[in-house]
Amino acid sequence: MLVASLGIGIIAVIASALLGPKKGTRAKLMPYESGNDPEHGGVGTGQRFPVHFYLVAMLFIVFDIETAFFYPLAAAYQKLPQFAFFEALTFVILLLVGYYYILKKGVLEWR
Amino acid sequence: MPDWLAAGLITLLKAVLVILGLLTGFAYMTLVERKLLGRFQMRPGPNRVGPFALLQPVADAIKSIFKEDINVTMADKLVYTIAPIISVTFALLAFGGIPAGPAGSLFGENPWVYNLDAGILILLAMTSMGIYGIFLGGWASGSKYPLLGGLRSSAQMISYELGMGMSLLGVLMMVGSTRMTDIVQYQAVNGWFIFFQAFAFILFLISAFAETNRAPFDLPEAEQELVAGFLTEYSAIKWALYQMAEYISMFTASAFMTTMFFGGWKGPVFLEGFIPGISDWPLVWFIAKMAFFIFFFIWVKASILRIRYDQLMRFGWKVMLPFALFNTMLVAAYIAFVGRTEWKGGTVYERFGLNQSLGWWALGLISLGLAAFMIVRSDVFRPWFNKTAPVRSRTPQVPQTGRAGGD
Repeated sequence: MLVASLGIGIIAVIASALLGPKKGTRAKLMPYESGNDPEHGGVGTGQRFPVHFYLVAMLFIVFDIETAFFYPLAAAYQKLPQFAFFEALTFVILLLVGYYYILKKGVLEWR
Repeated sequence: MPDWLAAGLITLLKAVLVILGLLTGFAYMTLVERKLLGRFQMRPGPNRVGPFALLQPVADAIKSIFKEDINVTMADKLVYTIAPIISVTFALLAFGGIPAGPAGSLFGENPWVYNLDAGILILLAMTSMGIYGIFLGGWASGSKYPLLGGLRSSAQMISYELGMGMSLLGVLMMVGSTRMTDIVQYQAVNGWFIFFQAFAFILFLISAFAETNRAPFDLPEAEQELVAGFLTEYSAIKWALYQMAEYISMFTASAFMTTMFFGGWKGPVFLEGFIPGISDWPLVWFIAKMAFFIFFFIWVKASILRIRYDQLMRFGWKVMLPFALFNTMLVAAYIAFVGRTEWKGGTVYERFGLNQSLGWWALGLISLGLAAFMIVRSDVFRPWFNKTAPVRSRTPQVPQTGRAGGD
C-alpha cells in the first residue's frame, strides 16, 4: 500500500515535470506578495510568527499523551475491575487541574 | 510461486485497485461537488464537457499535468517537491485499513488492504501525518502567506485531533478492541453505535470537518483572507496532489464514520422484512453510507459560513476537548457501575437480554439527550468561543474630547 501510494505521487510529479513547459522568467518565479517586491522572505531568514502556535503545539503534546494513555485503558476496560474507573478518574482530575490552569492563564484565548 | 509472494502480490494488486478507485473517485468528486453546489445555488453547474460534464474531470487532470511546474526562487527545492507527495501518500494510505465487507467477500479475498490489531490508532496516526505535508509545504515555499497558512493549518489540525481521538474512546470501551472488523462485527450484533454514542458522533463529525479542512473550518485555504494559504506558491500537479489529499481524506473520514458509528458494511436489519438478505450486500451499503456523508460535507459547505480563526481555536480547546473527555468518563462510569458486554472470546459478542442488565440503551438515551441538547441549545456554548478577547494596547488610549478630527 505504501509502495503503491508513494509510487502514484512520485509518478505524478515526474510526469508533470517532464510534460509541462519550462519558461520561468524572473518575475514569474518571484514569491507572491500581492504584487509587491518581496521583503526579507525565504526559508531560514527568521520570519517571526505568534508564540501562540508554539503554546498550542506544547499543549497538544501534553493532551495527546493523555489520549495515548487512554487507548490501552479503553481497549481493556471491560475486563478490568471497577477500581479501574477510579484510577482513570484520578488521572483525568489531575489533568483537569492543568487544564483549568491554562484556561485561567488565558493560553486558550486567541487575539 | 511461494505463498508469501502470492499474498504480497494480491495485497499490492488490491492496493493499486483501491488507489485507482480513490483517484477516480476524487476526480468525479470534484465534478459532483461543483454540480451540487450549482444546484444549491439554483444554477446548472458544469454541463459542457461531454455528456453531463462527465469528461470535465478528465480535462482537469490533463490540464494540471500539462501546466508549467513553477519552482519559486525562494523555495527549498527538495522539501517543496516532497511535501505534496507526503500529503497524498498518507491520505491514500489511511483508506486501506477500512473494511468494505466481511472477510472473503471480494472474489474470495478480504475487502481491505490491511487489517491491523491497532486499526484505529493507525488511521489516526496516518491522518496526523498529513499535517507534515501541509506544514512543510507552507514552510518550504519561502513566502509569507504560505508560511502563515501552513502554521494556522497545522495548529488547527492538531487541536481538533484531540477531540477526534477522545470522542472515539467511548466506542473503544464498549467494544474492547481497536480492530475495525471487530467494531463492525460488534455493531452487527448489538446495533449501530449512532444510537449509543450520538454525542460522540457529533463531536467526531465536527472534528472530521476541521481535520479535513472542509467547509466551516477551511481556514488554511481561506481564499478571501490569506490568498490560498499553503497552496499559494503551488502550481500544476503539486497543487492537484494537495487537492487530491484533501478530497481523499474526506473519503476516509466518511468511511471511518460509517465504520465506527453506522455499522460499516451492514445494512439496517429491519429492511430484511421487505427483501430478504438486503442487509448483507456489503459494498452497496458501504458506498451508500459513504455517499451520504460526502453529500453532507458538500451540503454543509454550501450552507455554513467560515468561522474566524480565534473562534475556531477556542471552540476546539474549550468545547470539543472537555466534551469528549466528559463523554469518555460517562461511558467509563456506565460500564463500571451498570453493565458490561457479554464477551464470548474472539469476535463473538452476546446480544443483551433485558434480564441480563440494562444494556447500552440507557447510555444511548443519555447520549442522544446530550446531543440534542448540544444542537438545540448551541447558543449556550456560543460565548465560550465567540467572545472577543480584551484588547491590550501598549499606548494608553487618549479619551476623545472636543470635535472629531481635531483642529
